[in-house]
Amino acid sequence: MQRIGVFICWCGSNIAATVDVKKVAEAALNEPGVVFSADYQYMCSQSGQQLMKDAIKEKGLTGIVVCSCSPRMHETTFRKAAESCGINPYMVEIANIREHCSWIHKDIKEATEKAIILMRTAVAKVNLDNSLTAGTSDVVKRALVIGGGIAGIQSALDIAEAGYEVDIVEKAPTIGGKMAQLDKTFPTLDCAACILTPKMVEAASNEKIKIYSFSEVESVKGFVGNFTAKIKKKARFVDENLCTGCGLCTEKCPSRKTPNEFNRGMNTRSAVYIPFAQAVPKLAIIDPTACLHFKTGKCGLCERNCSAKAIKFDQQDEYIEQKYGAIVVATGFDTIKLDNFGEYGYNENPDVITSLELERLMNAAGPTGGVLLRPSDKQHPKKIVFVQCVGSRGLRPCDKPYCSKICCMYTAKHSMLIREKYPDTEVTVFYIDVRTPGKNFDEFYRRAVEQYGVNYIKGQVGKVVENDGKLTVYGSDLLMNEQVVIDADLVVLATAIEPDKTAKSVATMLTASIDTNNFFTEAHPKLRPVESPTAGVFLSGVCQGPKDIPETVAQASAAAVKVVGLLSKDKLTCNPCVAHSDEMLCNGCSSCEKVCPYGAITYINKEVNDHGKREVRRLASVNEAVCQGCGACTVACPSGAMDLKGFTNKQIMAEVDAICK
Amino acid sequence: MDYNTLSENIKYISDVNTKKCMRCGKCTATCPNFKEMDIHPHQFVYFIETGRLDRLLKSQSAYKCLTCFACVERCPRQVEPAKLIEAVRLTLVRKQGENYLKPDDVPCTLDEEMPQQAIVSAFRKYTK
Amino acid sequence: MQVENGQFKPTIVAFCCNWCSYAGADLAGTGRMQYPAEVKIIRVPCSCRVNPMFILRAFQRGADGVILCGCHPGDCHYTTGNYYARRRMTMLFDFLDYLGIEKERTRVEWVSAAEGARFASVMNDFVKKVTELGPNKRITDLRCKPEKEGE
Repeated sequence: MQRIGVFICWCGSNIAATVDVKKVAEAALNEPGVVFSADYQYMCSQSGQQLMKDAIKEKGLTGIVVCSCSPRMHETTFRKAAESCGINPYMVEIANIREHCSWIHKDIKEATEKAIILMRTAVAKVNLDNSLTAGTSDVVKRALVIGGGIAGIQSALDIAEAGYEVDIVEKAPTIGGKMAQLDKTFPTLDCAACILTPKMVEAASNEKIKIYSFSEVESVKGFVGNFTAKIKKKARFVDENLCTGCGLCTEKCPSRKTPNEFNRGMNTRSAVYIPFAQAVPKLAIIDPTACLHFKTGKCGLCERNCSAKAIKFDQQDEYIEQKYGAIVVATGFDTIKLDNFGEYGYNENPDVITSLELERLMNAAGPTGGVLLRPSDKQHPKKIVFVQCVGSRGLRPCDKPYCSKICCMYTAKHSMLIREKYPDTEVTVFYIDVRTPGKNFDEFYRRAVEQYGVNYIKGQVGKVVENDGKLTVYGSDLLMNEQVVIDADLVVLATAIEPDKTAKSVATMLTASIDTNNFFTEAHPKLRPVESPTAGVFLSGVCQGPKDIPETVAQASAAAVKVVGLLSKDKLTCNPCVAHSDEMLCNGCSSCEKVCPYGAITYINKEVNDHGKREVRRLASVNEAVCQGCGACTVACPSGAMDLKGFTNKQIMAEVDAICK
Repeated sequence: MDYNTLSENIKYISDVNTKKCMRCGKCTATCPNFKEMDIHPHQFVYFIETGRLDRLLKSQSAYKCLTCFACVERCPRQVEPAKLIEAVRLTLVRKQGENYLKPDDVPCTLDEEMPQQAIVSAFRKYTK
Repeated sequence: MQVENGQFKPTIVAFCCNWCSYAGADLAGTGRMQYPAEVKIIRVPCSCRVNPMFILRAFQRGADGVILCGCHPGDCHYTTGNYYARRRMTMLFDFLDYLGIEKERTRVEWVSAAEGARFASVMNDFVKKVTELGPNKRITDLRCKPEKEGE
């Protein structure tokens, strides 16, 4: 028989205000096996834990129930405390009377009754608990970073700095991501390329870092410390080892009509191309959908002109399998499609552009060489209207419900830069709220208004109408209570950002969770912001939520530290709550093997002694290092041989009984 | 009926949740009949939200709304101001017991170019 | 089942997977979103850990409704567990319906770790439905005579 101690936490007033803790403590003493109960203000505090430890020693407890907050919060804390007194950590159960009781109920009587039932349920489970010993598994000392933008690069550099091997897998032909497309960065106005390209080069030249560009992660198997990823290196039709990046092929290529992705389609590129001058790796790539050789079988000018003989029209996709201990997700973002925003006329009018397109128009390496010319007639725009919150903070199906966070600041930056370079330009910004929390951010925005004379109007734009090539913007000025009509030469839309379209498939592949907007979920929104709930998977950059460059870099480094912390361990403690097959009951039917998602179950022939009869039987055997403890096999097993440690059939039945008592 | 009950009533009839409004003014920005109205779509939402109906009930703006639904279409927060304005109008008409359009008056006001649908709509709009 | 002031209070057992729904229930708590106290949650590692036997046991012991919550399809922490759960429960619920336990008393719902509000609304709705149905018939094993009659 167990000797169980029940400890009820007040959590200050969080629990005690709605649950009569004394009554729960009294009721506990009537439960089978309970020899001690106590309540305390903060069980998780040092003195709370001491109270528990003292009781363990004095009363000779063998099992513990803590009625407190969610086990996702403090289960580990209390298990450690019990372990330090010689009780097996898996003899501790938590009754969640805060999140599942005191916080959601107002009536004291009702909440107290429920708390007693939850306590009784936990006691019923502890009564059937067994001591469990965790096994260990090895850690592969190598990390995988998915995504090669500033987030991925920073994480990789920091992991490499700590001495571990790291691979970056980037789906585009070059690393650099969205930051490479930006012109200047707020609030310092230093040029994005000047601070990013050295990092790109550093990543490429670091011997610990391997970059798989134009590659995608096809599948990921395994678990923390021991993932196996299959990487697909897509054919670029250029030999990476031979190409020197001289660019002669791109000059000779006769097919020059493909929209240039790097310039957001604002000019064209050749079929064989180098994404941009500072690309890393600086290698040519052939776009088979545009190449005349692939379309007609003729041409081959690039092949003939390449002195390095690097063009390989017969190159195939290549698959690489590699083992990793940890994975960093840095899949980043894209701007939303504006197809359903007919009121702004983005698809109809070339002079209605997104902010990212404006970045390219203002960039010295952009389609206009850094001279601000409007796309339709290549004239200097004299009146520019900026529209904020396009697709952000809305509830329509085409809108995103969240604030994209970066638009207020980059719009202030754009308007400032334009007024600086072209003082004769009139700049109007329509805003709903200007959100500038951040170091030197509000000062920056005020400079745009006070020093640069940018005209900020509180109100949203209702429609942009085109008449004979002239754009008319209808907006509202809420402070004047007026409708404003402005003839504009250029309209810039602060388009909402959304997670990259690969985010969902990557999340599924890693069994990491994402929210309704496809942003990755953190293990804890405040205390574990760079970890995914899936062990060994870490989050870096906008894939977790909208953020600017400094925040992205900070998060990337934080994720790297978490990875380094994991890789520095030689052994990881496994989850001991794994499946276990009772040899006497197993009939070797293979049902469990078929449902196991990890291939953790194999069959062995083993001699058993069944009531004095010795015979060799085919039996299921669980590899405890591979089993993740989902329990699918336990239900599939027709003979009831398979059970899950820590969540046994008997325990769950006992819990059901305790609730339905 | 006091103004608070009245605005609750208007919200009930229209099934509009004015709390969803984020005060961006896109409804007013997009309104084609802005010039004719002294109280604008976003003000309708705000006045009803705060229960300040005195100006609203004196104004003719509710009758100036074309019910073109541009504001409903473009409101990012799905507040649907036009439905609210329609409810204000209904409340006004019911409250005052006024018939703005009598069947006998129709023939003399009838414009040949006016589409049938508009006449029916006018009846709906200006009659009890 | 319990009756309080003449009002029927159902007994509801909710099985929640550790990764999504249990966290969703925690989030409902953190957000102070109210749902009836009749709901008692049992934590399981995955929705596929829930053996049909557990549900039968609950009805046998007097539960008025059983709800099983897991990760959304495609989001299972163990890749495929929720699909197994869905198939098993479809079979089981049909069978229970045949036995006379109305389909409204059993339910499978997907609640992610980010959907606290959804958890609360699912529970509110489920409790409402079960309350409308009234007390459940108890499944009894005919071979064992119940010690006490009634309930």
